[in-house]
Amino acid sequence: MIKLHNLHKSYPIGKDSLHVLKGLDLHIREGEFVSIMGSSGSGKSTLLNIVGLLDTHDSGDYFLNGQRIENLNEKKAAILRNKFLGFVFQSFNLINYKNALENVALPLYYKGIGRKERQVTALQYLEKVGLKERAYHLPSELSGGEKQRVAIARALVTNPKVVLADEPTGALDSTTSHSVMELLKEINREGMTVFVITHEEDIAEETDRIVRLRDGVIISDKRVIKKAIV
Amino acid sequence: MFDLDRWIEIFQTLSKNKLRTALSGFTIAFAILLFTLLFGVGNGLKHTFEEQFSGDAQNSVYINSGRTTKPYKGLQSGRRIQFRNSDIKFINDKFEDKIQYFSPNIQRFNVRATYKGEQNSYTIRGVYPDYQPLESAVMQDGRFISVLDLKRKSKVIAIGRMVEKDLFGNKNAFGKNITLDGISYKVIGVFSDPGGDRDERFIYAPFTTVQGMYRDNDELDYFGFTYNPSLSVDKSLAFTNLLTKLLKEKHKVAPKDQRAIRVRNYAEGTKNVQQFMMVLNIIILFIGIGTLIAGIIGISNIMVFIVKERSKEIGIRKALGATPKSIISMIMLESIFVTAIAGYAGLMLGVFTLKALGDSLEKYFILNPSVENYVVVGATIILIIAGTIAGYVPAKRAASIKPIIALNDE
Repeated sequence: MIKLHNLHKSYPIGKDSLHVLKGLDLHIREGEFVSIMGSSGSGKSTLLNIVGLLDTHDSGDYFLNGQRIENLNEKKAAILRNKFLGFVFQSFNLINYKNALENVALPLYYKGIGRKERQVTALQYLEKVGLKERAYHLPSELSGGEKQRVAIARALVTNPKVVLADEPTGALDSTTSHSVMELLKEINREGMTVFVITHEEDIAEETDRIVRLRDGVIISDKRVIKKAIV
Repeated sequence: MFDLDRWIEIFQTLSKNKLRTALSGFTIAFAILLFTLLFGVGNGLKHTFEEQFSGDAQNSVYINSGRTTKPYKGLQSGRRIQFRNSDIKFINDKFEDKIQYFSPNIQRFNVRATYKGEQNSYTIRGVYPDYQPLESAVMQDGRFISVLDLKRKSKVIAIGRMVEKDLFGNKNAFGKNITLDGISYKVIGVFSDPGGDRDERFIYAPFTTVQGMYRDNDELDYFGFTYNPSLSVDKSLAFTNLLTKLLKEKHKVAPKDQRAIRVRNYAEGTKNVQQFMMVLNIIILFIGIGTLIAGIIGISNIMVFIVKERSKEIGIRKALGATPKSIISMIMLESIFVTAIAGYAGLMLGVFTLKALGDSLEKYFILNPSVENYVVVGATIILIIAGTIAGYVPAKRAASIKPIIALNDE
């Protein structure tokens, strides 16, 4: 589903440039539940931005759903994002003057889907994350956990190939964090590829595969052995 | 092209961000309102001036005579210059192509006019038919003096509206006979004059009739004529200067004598007024443009601020699949919509205010303050275009920045 080969990325800082990603090789198959672990500055956010087509890579290859990503203009990137990717952000990034339902329906608007159908689909996904009865509340009237569920519903509503979650529990307490991770797991069980970025060990432990990143290179890539489940 | 969803999206954004909408709307409405009021008041001043100077034809010239003040060619000063019928021919022969309307004039003051017991004193003027356009007199009833009246020395008169009112009350004077100094004249017309009541208390009779009645020779009092309107102000002044020179030669008047023959060209006054009006126009235009620029800068600032404020939202939208084009069109349509509605509101408010003011500011020399439609519509269109550009520049920038930067922008 996501295939990276010798991926490099550097940012210019004044005259110098900061080499953030130093030749990453990573292959994530369809249906995987992967977490990228690393301290801040390890390049994990940069990796997610590139995978999420929010930023471009300098050299190397990136295949998304078998399609080579290169020389994307803004418009093509926008269409690909809308079609293949769903985002969950640490700070939720809901539009504050739109209610939960409208926030969830927004990606469908950019997909060019009719108003009625948008409403129906969005409500379906809100129900899926257990927030059907909060559909007409504004983000300011929702708790952190609820906001993140709305964001997850929004990420799922276009039925993307991959859900990208950038520190999805970073702004949540441990109980809510756990329930959000449960939700992501459930989505994964239904066959969705989920790609989580985190610096919290226990969050990473809940995924199936942990890729550790340090100073722009992958230092380990391990499957998680589930102890409890036999 | 019309996309209901897009408009729903825009209405939602506008209605959920009332303060922002109100602020930008207010800027536009206020700019247009100020613009309209300024222009209206300026036009009011203009109207006052136009009114003040509309009593006589704008291109009219009057030639009067008096006593000489300088000895010349062996003749003493203090000699009275008298125009005669020969001067009529002299002027017309020399300047036929430059003159539009021409009339000699004999005036008789304090002529007693009576009609069925009502009586009053008026000035009677013996004139040519051309005197009507010279005075800008408008016939309300009947006709003015005709060429035939001149030939026949008919005892007919055209009277001013106020003469009719004085002598006939509310009745119609047309066709009735009025006695002037014991002689009966038939009223062939009643006129009104934009010059006001004073000009409407004159009685006009054929030049020949009055000359025969009150002068026993070919003497006359003064000339009035209008020059060809195609002449520029400067050319008309040159023409009257030449005419003055020739008349002075003919009557043996010293060239520097200012009293003996006086030529009054309204063009001089008109020229001053026109220059004054031009300056006034420039000031109005300057202030108007200044107001517009202030409005444009205002809306530009607000648009920059709005886009800045919304950069995170724009980042979110982009992450969710909004194309740059859809972002730009969203922001621009919002901008155009707000400027158009608010601009129209300001315009209407301004026009209604001017209507309400009406002539109430007349004592401040502001008469009927109003604005030509094309001016305000033009101003509104300029503001809408400005709003569009003001929205486009930041929208374009917002749409082209990477969504990740917009998202990180707290």
